[in-house]
Amino acid sequence: MTAPTTAPTKTAAPTAAHTEAAKAAGRHARTSWEELVTAALLGTDRRTPPVTAPGRDAPAALLDAAAVQTVRRRAGLRAAPAAGRPEPASQDPRPVVPAAARRRLATLLADHTGTAGGGRRGTAPDLVELLPQWLAMANERGFAPPPELLPALLNAARGRTDLRPQALAFAGPRAQWLARLNPDWKFALRAAPGRAAPPGPQEEGAIQRRWQEGLFAERVALLASLRAHTPDTARELLSDTWATERAEDRLMFLDSLRTGLRPADEPFLEQALGDRSRNVRATAAELLSSLPDSALAARMADRAASCVALDRTAPSPALTVEAPHECDAGMERDGVAPKPPAGRGERSWWLGQLVEAAPLASWQGRLGDRSPADIVALPVADDWRAELHAAWCRAAVRQRDASWSRALLGPPASPDAAGPGAVSLAERAKLLTTLPATERAEWVAGFIDAHGLSEAFQLLGVCAVPWAPALGRAVVDALNIARDAGSYPWSFSGVMGLAERCLDPAEAVRLEALTAVPDEPEDASPGAGGYWSEAFQRLVSTLRLRAAMREELGG
Amino acid sequence: MTQQGVRWTADQVLALAPDAPSQKAGSKLGIAGPWSRAGSSGEGAVWGLCKGSGSKPYQTVIDTADVAGPAYKCSCPSRKFPCKHALGLLLLWSGEEDGRAAVPDGEEPPDWAREWLAARHDKAEAKRSSPPAGPAAAGDPDAARKRAERRAERVTAGATELERRLSDLLRGGMAAAEQAGYGLWEETAARMVDAQAPGFATRVRELGAIPGSGPGWPARLLEECALLHLLTSGWLRRDELPAALAATVRSRTGLPASAQGRPLRDTWQVLAQYDTADNKLTTRRIWLHGERSGHTALLLSYGAAGRAPALALPVGLALDAELLPHAADPASRQLRADLGEQFTAPCPTTGHPPGIPPAEAAVRYGEALRDDPWLESWPVTLGRVVPVPNGDTGWQLADPDSDLALPIASPAATRSGLWRLVALSGGAPLTVFGECGHRGFTPLAAWPYDGAETVRL
Repeated sequence: MTAPTTAPTKTAAPTAAHTEAAKAAGRHARTSWEELVTAALLGTDRRTPPVTAPGRDAPAALLDAAAVQTVRRRAGLRAAPAAGRPEPASQDPRPVVPAAARRRLATLLADHTGTAGGGRRGTAPDLVELLPQWLAMANERGFAPPPELLPALLNAARGRTDLRPQALAFAGPRAQWLARLNPDWKFALRAAPGRAAPPGPQEEGAIQRRWQEGLFAERVALLASLRAHTPDTARELLSDTWATERAEDRLMFLDSLRTGLRPADEPFLEQALGDRSRNVRATAAELLSSLPDSALAARMADRAASCVALDRTAPSPALTVEAPHECDAGMERDGVAPKPPAGRGERSWWLGQLVEAAPLASWQGRLGDRSPADIVALPVADDWRAELHAAWCRAAVRQRDASWSRALLGPPASPDAAGPGAVSLAERAKLLTTLPATERAEWVAGFIDAHGLSEAFQLLGVCAVPWAPALGRAVVDALNIARDAGSYPWSFSGVMGLAERCLDPAEAVRLEALTAVPDEPEDASPGAGGYWSEAFQRLVSTLRLRAAMREELGG
Repeated sequence: MTQQGVRWTADQVLALAPDAPSQKAGSKLGIAGPWSRAGSSGEGAVWGLCKGSGSKPYQTVIDTADVAGPAYKCSCPSRKFPCKHALGLLLLWSGEEDGRAAVPDGEEPPDWAREWLAARHDKAEAKRSSPPAGPAAAGDPDAARKRAERRAERVTAGATELERRLSDLLRGGMAAAEQAGYGLWEETAARMVDAQAPGFATRVRELGAIPGSGPGWPARLLEECALLHLLTSGWLRRDELPAALAATVRSRTGLPASAQGRPLRDTWQVLAQYDTADNKLTTRRIWLHGERSGHTALLLSYGAAGRAPALALPVGLALDAELLPHAADPASRQLRADLGEQFTAPCPTTGHPPGIPPAEAAVRYGEALRDDPWLESWPVTLGRVVPVPNGDTGWQLADPDSDLALPIASPAATRSGLWRLVALSGGAPLTVFGECGHRGFTPLAAWPYDGAETVRL
């Protein structure tokens, strides 16, 4: 066997491996190539190369031969038999987003991947923060994603769990298909079945099978999806296998009944009150207390009523509170936790739980046919007011009771509203969620008019987007006042950020005037005017961007 | 001469950005907020004032219809090219706001913009009217010949030295090279730069990286040593070679092209633009496809370390222009070219080069090697191929009809472009343009269906 030792001239024109003879030469070449590599690795001083040429020293002859082989090997490359092709992705029936919206999404996603963080925010909009809104709008309008952007979208959703529901709904079947090919995107498969269309009645067998044989995550998703569409079927499915489930699983499954909770769930929940696991018992009790007509609610109402009463001896109507002296077995079975957290008295801890679980409607009858507002206005003896009102707040939130929420919130302008009254800001924000959107916006607008922005962040967070006109005006006016007062804008960066995302884009026109750098008053913080102008510019450009985004998605 | 009202897409604008941070910064300026008095001539010139951190706004002006790709001028101090203001202005120009163009057309440029545009225009006119500087203009032909001879002597000395180094390497064994590391090769590369043989220098520098490149490095190192040996011997015996091959050797050695070929006018579609960088140089490759001639051409542009190359053509656009092929590169069938006169501003286009099956693509590369054995890859468009995962060995592009496939080159397989390609396909066949070489196929652009816009990978 002699490898060719031709001059480079001829190497440059290898007789391409078309013929049988060439193929044979190729096989020949392969074995010889290994030998060439070995000789080169060890050195021609140690290993005599498998090639020689007259008039060439060993290294040159080796390189000559290797050059021929290299070019021959490259020129002889041929297409290989294909591996098994994956099943194609299922069709996405939705229309792909319009071209302008597609480019917008690409910019939003490009910004996401390049997030550096730090530094002054400047006048440019924060594109990352607009992605959730863009996705929500695209989903409302039923658009499909441009496939080439799916990898960037999945990467964004991978890093931000809060984006996932919207991102995956938008990403659709092709993202599922991709996720099966790339382990980085496994999360898309986990979350998937939850948003699947409700299974039809003819798929009952499939549901049973998935419930019986599925992985835990798949079963939770199945239960959630069923519960959203046919709540009773979901409960029946769960009660069939209830006894055989593990305690942690029972807790998760029980929690999914929160969606679409209804009186028909009561027998099942009552039975869960006797569960082996304390957490399951507590959750069952909590759910039952959200059903005002349940037997548990009635028991709690009786217990609570025995603790809180009208003081008939006082000159004007007032409430007296006698907290429970013990936590008996019945209370414990109904979900009252006997041991208070560190730093709290046992009796007030038990009282709070009783009042929280008692149906609010029951108080009116028991306290002299008073309206919620009148009840809340009653003085409370012996410093029990804070405890009692806090418990009522939790009850109003749990029972989604708007009239009690309204009463507990009080008028937005009252000096109490901003102070550290009986009801904390966090509780207020929760109470607001039980009110209709317009009322919520009005209340928060009134609050801001009276107390400014410094306490408003949490409250604004629960208002519907885009903000109602009155609320938007209140926020802008308050920002304007804060600027005139000469403080720095970053004291309000939280509210500013919210405003960028939540203000109605139509406000941009009105805001334009505020982007100018004002004359600095003498007592102002140095340079504040410029920073405010910058902040307002960013606000205006973000609003314009949001308007453009909506426009691009078809208004 | 120029088309009225042809605006680019945002993707195309962003493709001009020198790097990702510029893209991001530019995107943020692509809104009406910071801009004032923005306008467009409708004939390719765009201008505007951008509010920056200072009191005086930056003056930004762009000529999108320039013969050598878009030209930019901005009064900002940025050394990025184009700067974020130019990108932002182009983005603003490419989009619309409230249903109308955000940058109005048919405006008169303000004085500061007009001066610059007029100066450019005059220069272009002057260049066009003056006869091209021929060899006669280069001074004394005798002196030129002497210079060429002196350089050839130096290159020959370099080639001889390199031969000796390679011989030493093989005599002692490449196993020793693993320990020697970069240092040895860096020094040799520097000597090749001194020998005025940049082609040698680049290859030598690359040799240094191979021992650290993972399993199989001895075979790769031997391949590259052999090809370098082939080049040096080719140089030393260039008088005995056929003229075309001798020209290839000269070009691969890094000697300047003697003359350019006949200009080729066509509507050139920009298929791909990508950069590769080492610590000294950023190299930008732009692949063009002539819609009428069917020619494929490669434009190269260089930038010093950390700076973007000047030439930028957005993928997915087509331009009516002349290309000047490199005559020194006949072996590569005139792939290399320079951009000559541009007759219109680039405008969006659809469609793609005709595709061939994977088996044919491999043959094309093989045939091209016959003319240029140093060729790493050959540009091809694959028609109707499906990206297919091939176990642990990476991905393939498979032809569903023949069930033959090309492997996707492993560096490309780790890039995000691969996943864009896979997502675009969804398991269905598509058309893919890329470079087919001995490492496999590197996808650069794709079209999911006929008439689709070019998707950059």
